[in-house]
Amino acid sequence: MLELDRTIAAAIIDHARRDHPDEACGVVAGPAGSDRAVRHVPMLNAALSPTFYEFDSTELLALYKEMDARDEEPVVIYHSHTATEAYPSRTDIALAQEPGAHYLLVSTADGAHEGDGALPLRSYRIVDGQVSEEEVRLVGGGVSGDTE
Amino acid sequence: MAVEVKVPTILRTYTGGDKAVSGAGGTLAEVFDDLDARHPGLKGRVVEEGDLRRFVNVYVNDEDVRFTGGLDTALTDGDTVVILPAVAGG
Repeated sequence: MLELDRTIAAAIIDHARRDHPDEACGVVAGPAGSDRAVRHVPMLNAALSPTFYEFDSTELLALYKEMDARDEEPVVIYHSHTATEAYPSRTDIALAQEPGAHYLLVSTADGAHEGDGALPLRSYRIVDGQVSEEEVRLVGGGVSGDTE
Repeated sequence: MAVEVKVPTILRTYTGGDKAVSGAGGTLAEVFDDLDARHPGLKGRVVEEGDLRRFVNVYVNDEDVRFTGGLDTALTDGDTVVILPAVAGG
């Protein structure tokens, strides 16, 4: 199960809406070993593509150095699908290289990016090519960002 | 040349869990050959058919080696090599 603060969930959804029709991506970092996702870091999709995302390599290094200095790890790695459901694509599965992370997907497909309502937000573990979906439990936060 | 090589979580199975290992060589290619002798399999996760794998990033002193000559990048004593898997998908 992934526990995610409502405010962070809302910020991720906002990011996905803003970058639509390109895919948006980022991480939520947290203290190493804690499994607590506390620090939202939106990343640049260097691919600027509606069907692909890749963290910019310079930003990626800066992010990992920063997390290292703060004794953090990427608890959540998120990206949006802008034309398909919030389920890992074959590419997502093939390229997943953080076995400890929750892979969070948000979908802006089918006109969902318009308006400001809820968007599908689903979480997965991806280890050695095996995908397992897990519950997303939204916690804390205020009324803004309620995606339920 | 002795350099420090920082290893990402997913490759620490090859280093007995160590986050950083030391390597020797005058170029990045030589360092990966050297590492492979002590950590068999590690090189194959970074290098494929004589080139860096597309979805693995390698940095020398914070510079992405794709812009500094790839595996031919020259190293000097005390350099820091960082391996980071790309965070990417479709």
